Amino acid sequence: MSGFLAAAIVAATPLLFATLGEVIAEKSGSLNLGVEGMMLMGAVIGFTVAYGTGNPAAAMIAAFAAGGAGAFIFAIVTVSLQANQVVTGLTLTIFGSGFSSFVGDRMIGQSVPASVLKFFAPIDIPLIGDIPFVGSVLSGHDAFVYLGYVMVIVLSIYLYRTRAGLNMRAVGENTAAADASGVNITLYKYAHIIFGGGLCGLGGAYLSLVTVPIWQADVVTGRGWIAVALVIFASWNPIKAFFGAFLFGALSILGLRLQSMGIHISQYLVDLFPYAATIVIVIIGTHKNRKEDLPPGNLSEPYSRENR
Amino acid sequence: MIFPFMAIKRDDIPKKRAAVIRISSVLLSLLFAGVVLLFFDLNPFVVFGTIIEGSVGSAARIQQTIVKAVPLTVASLGVLVAFKMKFWNIGGEGQIVMGALAASFVALNFGDVPRPILLPLMAIAAVAGGGVWALIPAAFKAKMGTNEVIFTLMMNYIAIKFVTYLQYGPWRDPASKGFPKIPNFSDNGLLPSLFGIHIGWIFALILVVLVYLFINYTKKGYEIAVVGASIDTAKYAGINIPSVIMIAMFVSGGLCGLVGMIQASAIEKTLVYGISANYGFTAIITTWLARLNAVAVLFVCVAFAMLLQGAAFIQLAMNVPAAVAGVVQGVLLFFVLGSEFFLRYRIRFTGRGSLAAKARGARKNPSADGQRGGEVYETGKIDGESSADERTCGETSADGEEAR
Repeated sequence: MSGFLAAAIVAATPLLFATLGEVIAEKSGSLNLGVEGMMLMGAVIGFTVAYGTGNPAAAMIAAFAAGGAGAFIFAIVTVSLQANQVVTGLTLTIFGSGFSSFVGDRMIGQSVPASVLKFFAPIDIPLIGDIPFVGSVLSGHDAFVYLGYVMVIVLSIYLYRTRAGLNMRAVGENTAAADASGVNITLYKYAHIIFGGGLCGLGGAYLSLVTVPIWQADVVTGRGWIAVALVIFASWNPIKAFFGAFLFGALSILGLRLQSMGIHISQYLVDLFPYAATIVIVIIGTHKNRKEDLPPGNLSEPYSRENR
Repeated sequence: MIFPFMAIKRDDIPKKRAAVIRISSVLLSLLFAGVVLLFFDLNPFVVFGTIIEGSVGSAARIQQTIVKAVPLTVASLGVLVAFKMKFWNIGGEGQIVMGALAASFVALNFGDVPRPILLPLMAIAAVAGGGVWALIPAAFKAKMGTNEVIFTLMMNYIAIKFVTYLQYGPWRDPASKGFPKIPNFSDNGLLPSLFGIHIGWIFALILVVLVYLFINYTKKGYEIAVVGASIDTAKYAGINIPSVIMIAMFVSGGLCGLVGMIQASAIEKTLVYGISANYGFTAIITTWLARLNAVAVLFVCVAFAMLLQGAAFIQLAMNVPAAVAGVVQGVLLFFVLGSEFFLRYRIRFTGRGSLAAKARGARKNPSADGQRGGEVYETGKIDGESSADERTCGETSADGEEAR
């Protein structure tokens, strides 16, 4: 059982990073549907740098920068040039997947250098690791997973306990009011779109550096879209995002577990579960009516002063 | 971001100027893509030249280009009907797969039926398969307002995984040992050719005309456009919105389903899980570039088919990954999306003075509580008055006219 929980965490981590990234973008009012593309950009650039330098920190920074660069394009086109966010996000996904196949073409089948693998080896935390169940969630994971936990805490504090977080939520809820109260709308939107994109890039890098440390085309396989759905499931809240990602991580490894328990069901049908569950979540999400469960008021609306 | 210029909203734009802006956005995107290629030690002129040579350089290559243009055009027409309603149907891939699945079910089980009966039956099954697959998210959208972007997208993965299951499981051809493959259709289930290209191209041309007429000259087409333009107007006009959503999505999914039948029958000669080959996604770009116009869709899709065919060619000829097409497509659409801004606004350069003023204003802003009241007052003032510097931030229609 604790092995299952630990494996679920590994499956959940890329989803967690991407979901947190999209929460940040959406909270500041931007519906960036390019998550899948930004994850792919982070995955391929992270892998390229790890492969070329053998330096894990450089690989993570590069993956963050790659996701952020994709998001920067999105920001220019939707914030400054006020284009439709849905279409721009889809374009970013198409661009990102083309980019990752193009850049990664010559690395297919190559593996991550040993120095990077060593860095991302599981680290046990003394004492905490001995607690039943919770121990296998909190301890015995790689540095990347712990960074994800730290991000959940840091981002919840940032969103709900800081002035900048308040301003950022105001931009997403009511852009005109935030503008009138002196918040620099353009700066806030750019900063949060780019930071969110960076987190998505890290989520992608986890897939190419840790989950399967060998480069393969299309490593993300729809996880970016599941993350977009998880944002709704999590009601735009980083802590709930953690539980959502964990649930989906568990769901996605369920098939292997069932088979090892002797229950025979086609792997291809089991692969379908997370996607079907995402639909269920989106349908349930439609029924949320409590105020804190609703999307940011001005989500996906381009803002210009003359139109307010 | 602080720019040393200001944007002034324009009421309308001369057609010539609009064309110049659109064409220059396409040229700029090619220039940008060229610079990206340079980063990878590729000569952009050689790459673009080889793409053109590979797509129209010989009769056989032109045929290959048309073979790629057919599914793209029909899928784009499907996407167009949904987008016209501002229903973001990202599920083209899955609808193509389900259409192919339904057509294959007919072809594999009734292979002895004569061709003139079997092919129409397959087409009807495909339209129903793709249409019903699209109706599921449409029904939830119409009744409950469920987000259709994620719903239609997840339906893609479900369709593809399900067909993968069939291909590796129950439908697997026992005769092909070791290789997971569904049996080929009988000859009756294969589309005939005309001028060396399967007759899908004739369907595509007819469908362009039909969809153009449907959108522009029928009551339902008009209602779809009204729902897309404004839900409130549609309600006020007494349009039955759920019914419009369902009908439009059935048409949209049905057209994508037909793509599945064409590809299964003419290209693969059976059902494979990769049958949609990204046409459902690429159709989103082509439809948007064609500005939701059915006739323009045809031309954009032919251009994109050239890009796809050319990219497949350079993979062989220059050992450049065909994924370069995805990069070029993405860059192209980014530029065209961005250029729409310049159709709506005029840009007037204001020089460094106002840049500095704007920067000063921006620096003053960050959230010190004491300044709040003052900021509100200032922002209000910007809208009312129009001193040269402050106009950069807040434009009113009066300002716009004055500037003209």
